[in-house]
Amino acid sequence: MRISGRSSRRRMLGFGAALGGGLLASATESRAVDGVPGQLGIPLGPYGERSPFEKAVRWRRDTKTPETGSSFTPLQDSVGAITPSSLHYERHHTGIPTIDPAGHRLVIHGMVDRPLSLTMAEIRRLPSVSRTLVLECGGNSGSEWAVKTAPDVQRSHGLVSCSEWTGVPLSLVLKEVGIQRGASWVIAEGADACRMARSIPLAKALDNILLAYGQNGEALRPAQGYPLRLIIPGWEGNACVKWLHRLKVTDQPYMTRDETSKYSDLMPDGKARIFTFQMEAKSVITFPSGGQTLSGPGLYELTGLAWSGRGRIERVEITTDGGRTWVDAQLQEPRLPIALTRFRLPWRFEGREELIASRATDESGYVQPSREALIEVRGTNSGYHYNGIKLWRVQADGTVTNV
Amino acid sequence: MFRLALIILAGAGALSAQSAKYGVGRAATADQVRGLGASVAPDGGGLPEGSGTVAAGLEVFASRCAKCHGEKAEGNIGPALAGGQGTLATAKPFKTVGSFWPQATTVWDYVNRAMPFNQPGLLKPPEVYAVVAYILNLNGIIGKDQIMDAKTLPKVKMPNRDGFVADPRPDVGVKPAAKK
Ligand code: HEC
Repeated sequence: MRISGRSSRRRMLGFGAALGGGLLASATESRAVDGVPGQLGIPLGPYGERSPFEKAVRWRRDTKTPETGSSFTPLQDSVGAITPSSLHYERHHTGIPTIDPAGHRLVIHGMVDRPLSLTMAEIRRLPSVSRTLVLECGGNSGSEWAVKTAPDVQRSHGLVSCSEWTGVPLSLVLKEVGIQRGASWVIAEGADACRMARSIPLAKALDNILLAYGQNGEALRPAQGYPLRLIIPGWEGNACVKWLHRLKVTDQPYMTRDETSKYSDLMPDGKARIFTFQMEAKSVITFPSGGQTLSGPGLYELTGLAWSGRGRIERVEITTDGGRTWVDAQLQEPRLPIALTRFRLPWRFEGREELIASRATDESGYVQPSREALIEVRGTNSGYHYNGIKLWRVQADGTVTNV
Repeated sequence: MFRLALIILAGAGALSAQSAKYGVGRAATADQVRGLGASVAPDGGGLPEGSGTVAAGLEVFASRCAKCHGEKAEGNIGPALAGGQGTLATAKPFKTVGSFWPQATTVWDYVNRAMPFNQPGLLKPPEVYAVVAYILNLNGIIGKDQIMDAKTLPKVKMPNRDGFVADPRPDVGVKPAAKK
């Protein structure tokens, strides 16, 4: 017994050393076995790191200017519904500013009775709330409009993430400054290099928007707007202005660059839809998905994520025959409104080609449409707000590709 | 103590709905607001003093913009800023300031706050007016002698001024009507 124990450890160590990871191998063998002393692990630390064996990272699309672009959450490696802050998708227009919260101010002005300047410490004195909410870029899955779609779920759907956000209701602060008669919009502006700005209807600002300073139990990450951002339940990420330093109450939308030139949806008739804020019901299978390989026929847990800007996910159906028949997946409870909802279905792969997809229905009764149905109405040049059903092809040899 | 504080807050709210309930923060001063930078409305509100000509704009563009947007604004590291009129309803729409943007004020506002890309906020208001005049002229939207300032810019009629419509969704994926 003892001899075989030693020799197996030696084999493990040799394997680790071959990978250049002697330290990793000793970590896997730190426990004591009868007669073989254990090795102590790494001491406690001030801020956590994930296991060195975990490799999931964001994917960044190449841009000519690295400060403007997006990075995609590795949905294929996700479990549960919360996105770690370190893997939350990013979309920036002029890089991530480094902001000392001690010097940061939120200025609220325009059509208000009492223009107000708030420090971060003052904002944190106001009554706060926490909500778990999905955040999706208006451009997520934009590649699906094209004939040749993205190869994996990270690149096709990775501009969506879900966090618990903590902050002060914007409505509370707007009541504090006194909105003047005739006001109908709020222009939100960030403190990034380009002062990215969006117009938000006042009715929504008085409804359920958060001035968020917390994410998943700690301060926002710089890439998520540290120290302060808007979180607008159910609305496209771009409207949730990061590094928020200014709210101007007005009687008109400002038609900013990012709500006209960008984030508007061009229709086949040449007209563009503007202020298409809400993200509609959507779902995608994350396993098995493009780029993955099944090890052979047998039982697997088919799983994925569903969400809707209109509220709770009511139902997710799965097809494994390209849409001819559908069965209900199990939904993880509690189903929170406007949050990622994990769905699962035990599934037996028989070693035959299958076309798999998921279809979400939200509590408003809205059913996620097919790509064809979307294109029939919107054409292929609208760019944003794609929420079509996503098919994956599982090939007989177990490899999975985009369709 | 806690209960007392609550009573005072509630009382203040009842006495005057007009006053601040929490009283946290300081009054924002006009200087502080100005210090944040320009934020321009489609009606021209927020545009600063100053003016610029197409000729002056050509110089600003050549020295500050052309290396990224191309000599004729045809696009390079940055997107094209001219062309595309008449393409929006075709299979290959070409969206530019000239073909797509509904308001000239947006060009001023965006260039002022975001360009040149690597030095945003560098330009003085007259330079912004000038380079916007140049871009509008390149697109055939204003004549080469027109001067852009806080009065003239909001009056410029962009070719796609009426090209934007309200969000009609849900347009696809609506719950099918129940069968009778
Ligand atoms: C260092 C390169 C660079 C320079 C210099 C530069 N730009 Fe840009 N410009 C860009 C990039 C990159 C974008 C796209 C930014 C984005 O989409 O976030 C852009 C976008 C724009 C847009 C918006 C285009 C659209 O259709 O949305 C305008 C207008 C513009 N630039 C004007 C100017 C002007 C005027 C100047 C000179 C004062 C200038 N730029 C200088 C790189 C540059």
